[in-house]
Amino acid sequence: MLILTCPNCGIAADETELSPGGQAHLKRFGPGSDDSDFEGYLFLRDNPRGVHFERWRHAMGCGKWFHAARCTVTNEVFATYSAQTSEPPQDVLDRITARRPDWQS
Amino acid sequence: MQRYSVFAVAREALRFHKGWQRAWRSPAPKKRYDAIIVGAGGHGLATAYWLGRNHGIRNVAILEKGWLGGGNTGRNTTIIRSNYLQDPSAAIYEKSRSLYETMSQDLNYNVMFSPRGVIMLAQTHHEVRGYQRTAHANALQGVTTEFIGPDRVKKLVPIINIHGPRYPVLGGLWQARGGTARHDAVAWGYARACSDMGMDVIQQCEVTAIRRDGGRVTGVATTKGDIACDKLGLVVAGHSGVLADMAGFRLPIESVALQALVSEPIKPCMDVVVMANTVHGYMSQSDKGEMVIGGGADGYNNYTQRGSFHHIEETVRALVETFPMISRLKMLRQWGGIVDMTGDRSPILSKTPVDGIFVNCGWGTGGFKAIPGSGWAMAELMAKGTSPLADPFSMFRFREGRFIDESVAAGVAH
Ligand SMILES: Cc1cc2nc3c(=O)[nH]c(=O)nc-3n(C[C@H](O)[C@H](O)[C@H](O)COP(=O)(O)OP(=O)(O)OC[C@H]3O[C@@H](n4cnc5c(N)ncnc54)[C@H](O)[C@@H]3O)c2cc1C
Ligand SMILES: [Zn+2]
Repeated sequence: MLILTCPNCGIAADETELSPGGQAHLKRFGPGSDDSDFEGYLFLRDNPRGVHFERWRHAMGCGKWFHAARCTVTNEVFATYSAQTSEPPQDVLDRITARRPDWQS
Repeated sequence: MQRYSVFAVAREALRFHKGWQRAWRSPAPKKRYDAIIVGAGGHGLATAYWLGRNHGIRNVAILEKGWLGGGNTGRNTTIIRSNYLQDPSAAIYEKSRSLYETMSQDLNYNVMFSPRGVIMLAQTHHEVRGYQRTAHANALQGVTTEFIGPDRVKKLVPIINIHGPRYPVLGGLWQARGGTARHDAVAWGYARACSDMGMDVIQQCEVTAIRRDGGRVTGVATTKGDIACDKLGLVVAGHSGVLADMAGFRLPIESVALQALVSEPIKPCMDVVVMANTVHGYMSQSDKGEMVIGGGADGYNNYTQRGSFHHIEETVRALVETFPMISRLKMLRQWGGIVDMTGDRSPILSKTPVDGIFVNCGWGTGGFKAIPGSGWAMAELMAKGTSPLADPFSMFRFREGRFIDESVAAGVAH
């Protein structure tokens, strides 16, 4: 079972306690944007075989959103971090490159 | 090609089975092909088959990184039905179902198609209304289905408990001509027919890069060297995002693990396929007597080919309530496949931003039933640049807002 530590309340939560929220750090588009911007925001996804940044909600716990960096092949969790950021923080990137030297963002 | 028949079996029996030939050749790749198909699952092989049969394009290679049918084609629970809601879906799935009826004869290979009938249970009032709507839509589309009451359900499936405490069976959508087939045989039968037309089925050959020149495809790099081509079909299901990335475009696809399991074999007890979408479980009995069981997919992207255990628990819990007699069954095997999910739960058969590259993917949890029809449409698309069955499923529909929404109608269905 996948276990993620919620950075909001500090609990190591089983996946049954969490709701997945898809790819993180999407750039949102509003009224006036063109069709391809909306297509990218709403539908197109990176879907990598490897390092993935994603959103989760601690639904059956504190109820708050957070981010995780996870390997989609091994389910190794590199880090969980605050949802209040528009890109992965440097220490998270460092932790990923320590485990996956060939990885490029 | 050596034809299979009752006489061939008798002849070989008399000479101690020493005369059987290999079903397909395993050649080294040539330098160049008119068309290359990446992925020797059912959809890739069917695409190649119809390219040869319907369009005379036979200088074709099918490249597979693992073994034939080792992807989702060999991992699915083989439900075949065509009771979808939207017109473009009904057209391609019904074409496909009807091609299954003659596939064993077409391919001279027994795919064990068994049109035993499929019931989708309605266990909430919402589902009753939804399936009645589908039955009406199917009537207009020329797909034979009917909405049946709980008594008919009980007659068709004596082992079912229709008075479940939480989700009693209120009726069902019945497609008498749906059923199952042998998944490996579908892949093997097509591979044999393709090889017989002079096509090269090349296993253990992973595509690692896609060569382009000025917005046009020129070939692929593989673990067996570079191969040139005029046209390239990407038919790799869960790995479509990875191949699209190699070709420099993005797809509206997310890959997740979907699981299935089978029980020890028991005596015949259920001769139809039953799907229960509200409680996330479905079951059929294989010819060997195993109960074949499937359920919901993972909620988050992954390529683990394993899946989360709690989905199995949920599925089995729901099925034990629906079929109390299975509560003492032992499970023999469990496995997972990586399925390719789109935003509207409909597939993609499409040209791409790169000239000469075509993509067939997004069949998600339910593409086994679509193999022959999808190959038919994809071959036409690759040969002519347009196909009435494929055109509504273009990848550009997401930009244009022309969704083919099956997520409401199909739920978790396969
Ligand atoms: C557990 C489970 C149950 C299912 N149940 C049903 C069901 O009951 N009914 C139904 O209709 N559908 C069902 N499905 C869905 C169905 O299995 C798929 O939609 C269908 O088999 C997809 O076929 P395909 O040929 O597109 O993909 P696959 O069979 O997955 O073939 C793709 C191939 O591409 C190869 N490949 C990937 N990357 C590369 C590369 N770089 N180079 C070369 N080759 C590559 C892979 O090795 C693979 O063999 C189920 C799926 C699963 C996992
Ligand atoms: Zn929390």
